[in-house]
Amino acid sequence: MSTVTAPPPGTTSRPPDGRLPARSRLLGQDVVRLGTTGLRARPTRAVLSALGIAIGIAAMVAVVGISSSSQARLNDQLAQLGTNLLTAQAGTSITGEQTALPPDTLGKVRRVDGVESASSTALVPEPVYRSSLSDPDATGGIATMAADQNLLGVVSGQVGSGVWLNPATERFPAVVLGSVAAERLGVTSPGTQVWLGGTHFTVVGILDPVALAPELDSAALIGADVATDLFDFDGSPTTIYERSADEAVEDVRVLLAPTIAPEAPGEVEVSRPSDALAARTAANQAFTGLLLGLGSIALLVGGIGVANTMIISVLERRREIGLRRSLGATRRHILVQFLAEALLLSALGGLFGSAFGAGATAIMAGINGWPFALPPAAIVVAVTATLVIGAVAGLYPAVRAARTPPTAALAS
Amino acid sequence: MTATAAALPARPVNPLVALDDVQRAYGEPPVLACAGVSLRIMPGELVAIVGPSGSGKSTLLNLIGTLDRPTAGVARIDGLDVDDLDDRSLSALRAYRIGFVFQQFHLAEGVTALDNVADGLLYTGVPRAERRRRAAEALERVGLGRRLDHHSNQLSGGERQRVAIARAVVGDPPLLLADEPTGNLDTASGAAIVELLHELNAQGTTVVVITHDAELAGRLPRRIALRDGRVVSDSTGIGEPR
Repeated sequence: MSTVTAPPPGTTSRPPDGRLPARSRLLGQDVVRLGTTGLRARPTRAVLSALGIAIGIAAMVAVVGISSSSQARLNDQLAQLGTNLLTAQAGTSITGEQTALPPDTLGKVRRVDGVESASSTALVPEPVYRSSLSDPDATGGIATMAADQNLLGVVSGQVGSGVWLNPATERFPAVVLGSVAAERLGVTSPGTQVWLGGTHFTVVGILDPVALAPELDSAALIGADVATDLFDFDGSPTTIYERSADEAVEDVRVLLAPTIAPEAPGEVEVSRPSDALAARTAANQAFTGLLLGLGSIALLVGGIGVANTMIISVLERRREIGLRRSLGATRRHILVQFLAEALLLSALGGLFGSAFGAGATAIMAGINGWPFALPPAAIVVAVTATLVIGAVAGLYPAVRAARTPPTAALAS
Repeated sequence: MTATAAALPARPVNPLVALDDVQRAYGEPPVLACAGVSLRIMPGELVAIVGPSGSGKSTLLNLIGTLDRPTAGVARIDGLDVDDLDDRSLSALRAYRIGFVFQQFHLAEGVTALDNVADGLLYTGVPRAERRRRAAEALERVGLGRRLDHHSNQLSGGERQRVAIARAVVGDPPLLLADEPTGNLDTASGAAIVELLHELNAQGTTVVVITHDAELAGRLPRRIALRDGRVVSDSTGIGEPR
């Protein structure tokens, strides 16, 4: 230690020992800690502004999660039912008349390359009533159909109660009701009698809903033999159900109409019921897009909330910024600190939002009996979105903080 | 003088602070808060810069502390021309070479004395455990060795200023700048702070105290009086302008 009492000579030029000290450095772990100081100092404010982000993220994650859970259920269903079922129906002729398929249609379809099994139903124009006393106009929209014995196997239908038609019951006035038909007729158990085409028919079975052939749900199915005996059924089918190997579906689809009606293939309507199921989901997807848009607006508003909080925070903390500058923080260190705070704030929102969204998805899936499905990509996108929003919302306040003059520490 | 004059070192000692006709103008039309100040402060000095409010004391402190740049003239701090340095280099100078003590203490609320002091090393890249170890030493130095875990709002004004001083000296900077360090304190606490500054100076730190309090200034070995942005008197004549 020495106290010098006289000014040294030659101080006008840079002194030889005037060397720059080491650079200011801020460790990465300290950046994270600094980022939390503002949040810890005002937890209520932090929670409220993170809430905006959380709501947006929760909405988006829930929408995606619920939609993919219902999609997952559909996929399960399709995997179980198969997507290799085609139906061929008699359409209308050029002149607009209802056409009928020839009686030998089923035999021809079975001979098409790739077809593994085929079955048919034929519309019988006889109404069904609960009893002979029912109002003749109250048909309930139930169609009577003559069904092949192997129908249920081909369309993956299941009997809910009772039994399916067999070679014996096929010849007698026995009827199997679709689930909707049974409900409309007020039939809850087999053994009940219904009034069909002026005769008492005994209900021998009630079907569960048939996903791939919903038209059977509102049908009363009787044997072809009894239909011929009582209602002069000529054996012409209305609808053909056909299954093939998965890879042959497209080939069979092309061949089906020309095989059934070589002279007028345009009069036969061929469709794939699994496509209809998928289309219904596609319609739901459009709705999902709308909800996703609403969620992103909530997210945007949340981001504005974060920016607002940060700007106020920067204004309030001018002195702290000045102090940090006097302690050796560079502009960049200040920028990084406030950016880290904004990122943490929105990451906090994103984290809780994702958890809320996943929770809502789980609840919805549980209520509807769907499998829980939340694509990891949705979480990745949600986290990325919050980080981007945090960075964008925090950038301007952070730049302002960095521009705060170091003299702010002394200005009182 | 507290320190006895030692033999002159073999090579010339450079001033820690060298201002040459330094001006700082604000606003349009320009008003000179610092209207041409020249002074030298040598290592090991204990200096009071004294003057009434509006005399440009704070502006001068900002210039000496490299928180601000002169609009004219040359300011050399620790041998470096402030005008030659970018923001990063100035920050480094403040991080390693200059310690600041403020009238309002500027301690973080809800944080222990130890962590407040440890923040003095935050921008030097020292790991946290090491920062806290050295902070404990610094608090020992200012006589608060038994207040490490107290939050700043549990401390008296005098104790808070001691914590702030510990934060300023935790990195052993050669230059300590104190802006009205006793301004918010009662007489007894203020006297104790002045005593502490003397002790730190005796241990080798150059101390510059900015104050409007002539009595406080009178207890320091060198007094530079400011008025209207100019030096009107310098008690020892060191670096007397022109």
